Amino acid sequence: MAVVETRKLSKRFSDEVMAVDAIDLRSTDGEFLVLLGPSGCGKTTLLRMIGGLEPPTSGEILIGDRLVNHLPPRARQIAMVFQSYALYPHMTVYNNIAFPLKAQKVDKAALKLKVDWAALILGIDGLLDRKPRQLSGGQRQRVALARALVREPNVFLLDEPLSNLDAQRRASARDELQQFQRDIGTTTIYVTHDQIEAMGMGDRIVVIEQGRIRQIGTPREIYEEPADTYVATFVGSPPMNLIPDGGDLVGFRPESFFPLDDDGRSSGDDLVRFTLTDAREEYLGSEKLVYGEVNGVKAVARMATNAPLSVRDGGSAPFGVHKQDLRIFDRESGLRRQLARAAQVEPAPVSGAPGR
Amino acid sequence: MSATTTSGGAAVGAASGGERFFLEREKVLGPLMLLPAVIYIVALVGFPLVLAVLYAFTNVTVGDPRIDGTGDFVGLDNFRAVLNDNVFRKALRNTIGFTVISQIIVIILANILSLVLAADFKGKRLVRFLILLPWTTPIALGVLGWFWLLDSVYSPIDYALRRLDLLGPQTPLGPARNMYWLGETELARFAVLLVHIWRTLPLATVILLAGLTSIPQDIKDAANVDGAGFWRQLFYIRLPLLLPIMAVASLFSIVFTFTDLTVSLVLTRGGPVNDTQVLATWAYFKGIQGGSLAQGAAIALFLLPVLIAIAIAMLRLARRAGAD
Ligand SMILES: Nc1ncnc2c1ncn2[C@@H]1O[C@H](COP(=O)(O)OP(=O)(O)O)[C@@H](O)[C@H]1O
Ligand SMILES: [Mg+2]
Repeated sequence: MAVVETRKLSKRFSDEVMAVDAIDLRSTDGEFLVLLGPSGCGKTTLLRMIGGLEPPTSGEILIGDRLVNHLPPRARQIAMVFQSYALYPHMTVYNNIAFPLKAQKVDKAALKLKVDWAALILGIDGLLDRKPRQLSGGQRQRVALARALVREPNVFLLDEPLSNLDAQRRASARDELQQFQRDIGTTTIYVTHDQIEAMGMGDRIVVIEQGRIRQIGTPREIYEEPADTYVATFVGSPPMNLIPDGGDLVGFRPESFFPLDDDGRSSGDDLVRFTLTDAREEYLGSEKLVYGEVNGVKAVARMATNAPLSVRDGGSAPFGVHKQDLRIFDRESGLRRQLARAAQVEPAPVSGAPGR
Repeated sequence: MSATTTSGGAAVGAASGGERFFLEREKVLGPLMLLPAVIYIVALVGFPLVLAVLYAFTNVTVGDPRIDGTGDFVGLDNFRAVLNDNVFRKALRNTIGFTVISQIIVIILANILSLVLAADFKGKRLVRFLILLPWTTPIALGVLGWFWLLDSVYSPIDYALRRLDLLGPQTPLGPARNMYWLGETELARFAVLLVHIWRTLPLATVILLAGLTSIPQDIKDAANVDGAGFWRQLFYIRLPLLLPIMAVASLFSIVFTFTDLTVSLVLTRGGPVNDTQVLATWAYFKGIQGGSLAQGAAIALFLLPVLIAIAIAMLRLARRAGAD
């Protein structure tokens, strides 16, 4: 097991492209750390630098508190699963899984034991004689995992391993993968652009945008205490509402935004009132979304389908948010207000990131 | 193409009813578009081939090339005569020898060269271009260049060897002042091999280079992460993945070398004493210069079974590569 750490890690591909920009992060031992960001934000590049496949432009990489900048991939005790799975097309499943062991010159008997063990854990023991092209996407993903597992690495690096699966298969694979990681307890860095995967699987999430870290935190912290408007709108679907108010942006989640009775019964001290104009309902089965405008800015509310709401299409209705559900951001910088103030007092991390 | 005409296509043609769409019907358009290719193949490949097969069983000569009746047919006489001919057997041995040896060397060199060229270095475009050059010159021209390089008196190679004190009186290669590259059996064979290698290496290298660059980066990365060093990656990943394309490159080169007339004809005219004679040159000397069209055809036909086998192997490989 090992802790992965990067210090001011950067990668510049050309004058214009700064793929990774001074990334500081530190995993804990056995953690499931998710790198989340839109396509092209530098997640793969960061992962490849940790794996030793891409030389950094500057900065340091430590695995198990050892500087590994100058170690080749095979000396880093890592295993990687690629987005394409990168199975060796000319080898059987057995030989694919055995390949890293053969490279380590493990003797034949021990090798077979290990391959069988890995295949059993991932439920592919019946497929050992097949070639990769005879496998489904899900089976290929398991073979790739088995090949990574068999070396008993200190760190798993996974690059969007579920993105080639269909939606149904992805949900169950997400669950299996998480269970698998819990069982073996190996530090895992998992790259995805899918916030649902990130929220569901990660012990902590690193939100990245244009090569920079926006926030590190648990899924709950990321969702409930976003460090800036970027995180607030990238995570959550539909994203957080942001209503301008002087030099501030007032943010609140669609599910915290609820209709008030016409008689104002549900008023109270902790309630902030808004008027939603130009309202429009969208039925989604178990829930519904109400789109509209607040102070001329688009806003959306989410509620149960059977929630009482009497508003005509295009009409107006009173809506409210509890004070504790409001998040105030600086309009100019996009940073959280309270946090920005706290940062002035002590140069602390943006959010409770253990070990930083 | 025309055989796969769908009923849908026919129905559309019928429905439109007009002559306007006559050309759009697959039944009409397919054969029409195939016609030039068919004419070309029949006239330039099929006709000479049939003629050669016919000639091989007759007694025609350059002086009397007509087949006048069944009386001209002599059965297997030509083949018998050819097989009993010592020069023919020598030519057959040489053809196979030149092809096998040169192609083994080419495939090894092409692998090494393509690996080197696949690496990132300054000026690799220029080097790639230079390596492909021999392929772009007409064979006869290139061989003439070699003919001069290996000239028995004025050879620049000999000159260089002399300047290096390797050739001439009291030197390792002396005492003669010239090597007589094309006059000594071993040297002449070496020269023919050398030119064949020089000739086929560029294409094989470029084909392999294309194969190498088509191996996905992820696969190479995975092998790196999995702890495979250079040799393990070479023998367990790169070469196996290159194998199909290597076979294609090899088959191309084999056909070129096996059927080649120019190198032996221009460089040595089959000499010294038929030691570099190959089937193509011998068929030419016998059939055209010697006047025995029938025997020339019989000699040339010995190439056919080998080439058919190679063609089948090529098509199989191509299909298997397509199926993956
Ligand atoms: N080998 C490369 N050469 C030049 N630019 C690259 C290379 N690899 C990635 N990039 C650029 O770096 C940025 C980050 O890419 P990547 O790490 O693949 O993003 P992600 O995995 O988050 O989608 C992108 O703008 C991409 O175009
Ligand atoms: Mg990526």
